[in-house]
Amino acid sequence: MKTISPLKMKNKNNMHGRLKWLRELSAIKIISTIILIFSGLFFLFPLYWIVTGAFKSQVVAITIPPEWFPLNPILDNWVTLFSNPVWRWTFNSFFIASAEMIAVCFVSATAGFVLAKKVFPGRKLIFIVLIAAMALPKQVILVPLFTMLADFGWVDTYKGLIIPAIGWPFGVFLMKQFSQTIPNELLEAAKIDGCGEIRTFFHIVLPMLKPAIGALAIFTFMLSWNDYFSQLVITRSTDMMTLPLGIATMQGEYKTDYGVMMAGAALASVPMIIIFMLFQKSFTQGITMGSIK
Amino acid sequence: MLLLSKKELDWGGRKLLATIRKPNKHKLYDWLMSYLFLLPALTFFLIFVVYPMLRGIYMSFFDYSITNFEFIGWDNYVTLYHDETFHKSLINTIVLVAVAVPIVIGFSIFVAMAIYKKSEFIRSFCRGIFYLPAVTSVVSVTVVWGWIYHPNFGLLNYVTNFFGMEPKSWLGDPKTALMAITVILITTSVGQPIILYVASLGNIPTSYIEAAQIDRATPWQIFRKIIWPLLMPTSLYVIVITTINSFQCFALIQLLTSGGPIYSTSTVMYGVYQQAFLLGNFGIASAMGVILAIIIGIISIIQFKYLGNDVEY
Repeated sequence: MKTISPLKMKNKNNMHGRLKWLRELSAIKIISTIILIFSGLFFLFPLYWIVTGAFKSQVVAITIPPEWFPLNPILDNWVTLFSNPVWRWTFNSFFIASAEMIAVCFVSATAGFVLAKKVFPGRKLIFIVLIAAMALPKQVILVPLFTMLADFGWVDTYKGLIIPAIGWPFGVFLMKQFSQTIPNELLEAAKIDGCGEIRTFFHIVLPMLKPAIGALAIFTFMLSWNDYFSQLVITRSTDMMTLPLGIATMQGEYKTDYGVMMAGAALASVPMIIIFMLFQKSFTQGITMGSIK
Repeated sequence: MLLLSKKELDWGGRKLLATIRKPNKHKLYDWLMSYLFLLPALTFFLIFVVYPMLRGIYMSFFDYSITNFEFIGWDNYVTLYHDETFHKSLINTIVLVAVAVPIVIGFSIFVAMAIYKKSEFIRSFCRGIFYLPAVTSVVSVTVVWGWIYHPNFGLLNYVTNFFGMEPKSWLGDPKTALMAITVILITTSVGQPIILYVASLGNIPTSYIEAAQIDRATPWQIFRKIIWPLLMPTSLYVIVITTINSFQCFALIQLLTSGGPIYSTSTVMYGVYQQAFLLGNFGIASAMGVILAIIIGIISIIQFKYLGNDVEY
């Protein structure tokens, strides 16, 4: 009776292997969770340092060892910050981003819809050119664009800050991807019922594109708010500066007065962070829809 | 059975012709409407994207400064060819891209794998955290990192001190400056890839992975043989956008190091800015822009060739 049936042995082996496999798996899971938590903290830390730094006095900010949490929070930094034309900069940022957002959404929705749903000569060519342009960095054209704006007399104006950005084809691409999901039957039905193209667009297509337009709107707003390079190049006077640009120029004056700089940094990024948190779903949708697949 | 008179036949023929011509007319109208819908987007695109591109190429053949505008042929390119600073910038740019892109891909796949099976709440929480640096204004990011890297008041030296390291001027030392910038660039670039990877991992049928588990494939085998190939289209897209993004890295450099010390962090993009807006040499700056565009164009074509199968026009 000492012999064990081969079947049992195999079973035992299997059990052993399975346990080992499970152990391996859980080890991977634990390690990856630890790494995940640490890298999450690493990503969150700069923001934490900005927000807490904004309430530290200059002396506290540069002491080593650092104060991990402001024990005596002060508001002086904010007073100093607002002695600069911060309101004006904030207004500029909001105004430019909103204007760009509205224009981009309108222009992209019409073009994207047509590229997705209509057949006409040159359609493929137009789309390929748009895609190819998107593969080039926007900043490559900044120098010629600047000389062009100088010819127009648009340097240091709202026009110069808003209008060129409308030409960027990302929105068209995004809208085309979304428009493809509109069922053809719906458009045909509208046509049979004698609904004109423009009416079809406004009454049928636009409502169906709503989530996509939402995503594009938020995306455009964020890109415009953070488009530091263009703003730096096109803006000249303090009055025309956007918030991030204004904060960046303050660096010259306040150098190591980190409290004031952090207050500025907080102000420049908190509106975007709030918008992001409110509309995270749209953001995610826009990013996934904007990818090729 | 009904015999048609010649006249009637003629009418029928005309009717037939009319029905053929009618959709043509309709088609023409359709085309016209389509172009009308495209008109606003195309106008802005042509004026503010295509025209500046062509103008940039044109300008690159001129000695173009505030006081001067003179055709000099290929001289700008020749100057750049011999310019050591430009070589340095080109190498820095390539190093930046070559280091940042693989790390961004690896890290975002790692995070996506770790979170994609979790609950919706944890998923969006993690996605949010890793996307935050991208939403935060780049100016805010540089301001706080400038502080963290500061040789005297910075947090990093305080932390590395615990590991027995000498305090360093992270941005002031040519050996560490570019890497210090790359770290920031990576933190601002992983958000979008993570979102994309989470989405496409969610699309992988669980039955594939379960089948492999029943066959006792190791986790590494499952990743290597099943997940990685299925993620390929996303990976290629991520490579394209991250590459373009890294080539564009400008604000970090302008605000933190201004290309220094001794050009150790100067990139082509920063060089364009310096030549055009600090030195006023628009011609040379345009030539640099054209070279950068060609490099990116070539890289994009190579990547698109692989990507081609998955693109639907």
